Amino acid sequence: MNSTWSRFNITSIVLGFAFLYLPIVLLIIFSFNESKLVTVWGGFSTKWYVSLFHNQGLMDATWVTARVGVISATVATVLGTLAAITLTRYTRFRGRVLFSGMVFAPLVMPEVITGLSLLLLFVAVGLDRGFFTVTLAHITFTMCFVAVVVQSRLVSFDRSLEEAAMDLGAPPVKTFFQITLPVILPAIISGWMLAFTLSLDDLVIASFTSGPGATTLPMKIYSQVRLGVTPEINAACTILIAVVAIGVIIASIANKRREIQRQLDEQAAQRG
Amino acid sequence: MKSLGSIRRDFAPWNDPNAKPYIQFDKVTKKFGDFTAVNNLSLTIFEREFFALLGASGCGKSTLLRMLAGFEEPTAGRILLDGQDLRGIPPYKRPVNMMFQSYALFPHMTVEKNIAFGLKQEGMPGPDIEKRVAEMLKLVKLEQFAKRKPHQLSGGQRQRVALARSVAKRPKVLLLDEPLGALDKKLREETQFELMDLQQELGLTFVVVTHDQEEAMTMADRIAIMDKGEVMQVATPAEIYEAPTSRFVAHFVGNVNMFEGKVAEHTANATRITGATGAQIVVDNGGNAAAGSDIVFAIRPEKIKVSSKKPADAVNALEGEVYDVAYLGDMTVFHIRLDDGQIVRASALNASRVTEDPLTWNDRAWVSFRPDAGVVLTR
Repeated sequence: MNSTWSRFNITSIVLGFAFLYLPIVLLIIFSFNESKLVTVWGGFSTKWYVSLFHNQGLMDATWVTARVGVISATVATVLGTLAAITLTRYTRFRGRVLFSGMVFAPLVMPEVITGLSLLLLFVAVGLDRGFFTVTLAHITFTMCFVAVVVQSRLVSFDRSLEEAAMDLGAPPVKTFFQITLPVILPAIISGWMLAFTLSLDDLVIASFTSGPGATTLPMKIYSQVRLGVTPEINAACTILIAVVAIGVIIASIANKRREIQRQLDEQAAQRG
Repeated sequence: MKSLGSIRRDFAPWNDPNAKPYIQFDKVTKKFGDFTAVNNLSLTIFEREFFALLGASGCGKSTLLRMLAGFEEPTAGRILLDGQDLRGIPPYKRPVNMMFQSYALFPHMTVEKNIAFGLKQEGMPGPDIEKRVAEMLKLVKLEQFAKRKPHQLSGGQRQRVALARSVAKRPKVLLLDEPLGALDKKLREETQFELMDLQQELGLTFVVVTHDQEEAMTMADRIAIMDKGEVMQVATPAEIYEAPTSRFVAHFVGNVNMFEGKVAEHTANATRITGATGAQIVVDNGGNAAAGSDIVFAIRPEKIKVSSKKPADAVNALEGEVYDVAYLGDMTVFHIRLDDGQIVRASALNASRVTEDPLTWNDRAWVSFRPDAGVVLTR
């Protein structure tokens, strides 16, 4: 492998990262802009962050988003896990292929179609659009992501663990809660986090299925931007980016430490 | 007193017509779709026996074990344990425990929690569990590893945790699925003897599944040789080796030379065999085969003597040429091409450091053996 830094390598890396991160960096810089004009630098200030916390509309939207995210991610995780278990364990029921295809279809379904069809459904059954419907919609489209994540873990799950538990006297339900669930828990947690993130940044489906009093943060930001970008929005987005970045960094550090610990343990075990 | 093999057996309930069988497979058949894994199989195992199921992969031995544990139900036939029909009893209610090939240790539990798992399911009180767990850890010499998780243990230690966990409940029967399969050769040999000691100490009935004949020969009281879902022979290791009842068993265990032939005639206390290629062999245990019938004469390599001159007193002596020699240290293996074209494998123990009669490639040589050295197989 050629590991020298040629001019071509450096250029392509700089261009690539600039393409990915320049917009975000600009957004963060301008969130600290003194000036009210978004694109003109008027000195450093944190005043937009202060005013952000006094913007009742944005704060309400944040609260709605958090609640929708937590509830929908939790319900989607339960349903998605059940679907994953059914699809990996009961492989011989009639219509399994159709069923598994249907669970995973929303992965590739355009969001506009999902949103529109959910809207039609809610109107048809006479459900008032609001907090309940947007949560329901988010459960629907995030469930399949959870199912995919959990299913991939279950495929590599050693069934003899469950047999060993039953052999030692644990009935099936106890076996599930004491053995299966703890072992696949990391996959379930990452499924939950994925569902939560997807719910957090969904705009399209929420626009279709939300109603008065249940405006999510992405909807709020989008509607404000249409009236003109304010530095306040930049500040809100910077905070969102910070939250996501910190989450990702914590997750990867924890992962890395676990990995290192595991390697040390294995070396120790080999030594006796 | 003469005996097959070099070990005298005091424990032999299978020879006692009044002994009560402990585990009984009664005409058991198991089908997976069109595939018949176990075919109309009957087998009896006695209490405190160390019983081995030996066969190549896919012969149905693991299916047999899984049916005993309750993970599979027989398609037809009955399995009885201590007189009780096991049909319909789920695995978590059977008084048998299994040690899995993959060990199946619970990765999220420490060693002591793994061992305590079965006892907790029983509803054993806490202090008793602690006592039993400590006892088990001592038994497998893992006291200082109690708080470790499975991934912090070496392969041999994991194997011992799996063993401790499966005997912690004091099951009536312990099932072992390839218990030593994942260990390296040296550790495997040590562990074989540990397992035998453990079985003696706890007085349990062991049923072990293995594809390793040496392992089965070392550990088991009796071995069932399986092929294609059927039992070919059930006998002690010495009987399996010295008195196989079929070509399959003779071939499967150890090395063997086979002479195709016909029974020429029975005399008062001997049988004369004419080999297909002309060799004349006299045996004293060929009485079961009718005169004129097609048979196979099977003889183990170590029972054949190789010499440069025809031994004066030999009943059976065949002439040939040294085709191959392999010096292995403890013994030397000769491949002799007989004058009729058949190649005979003979092994000689190197009992002294110097040899009076050294042979090398292309030397003329004689192979000779006693009339009781081989067996006559009719199937």
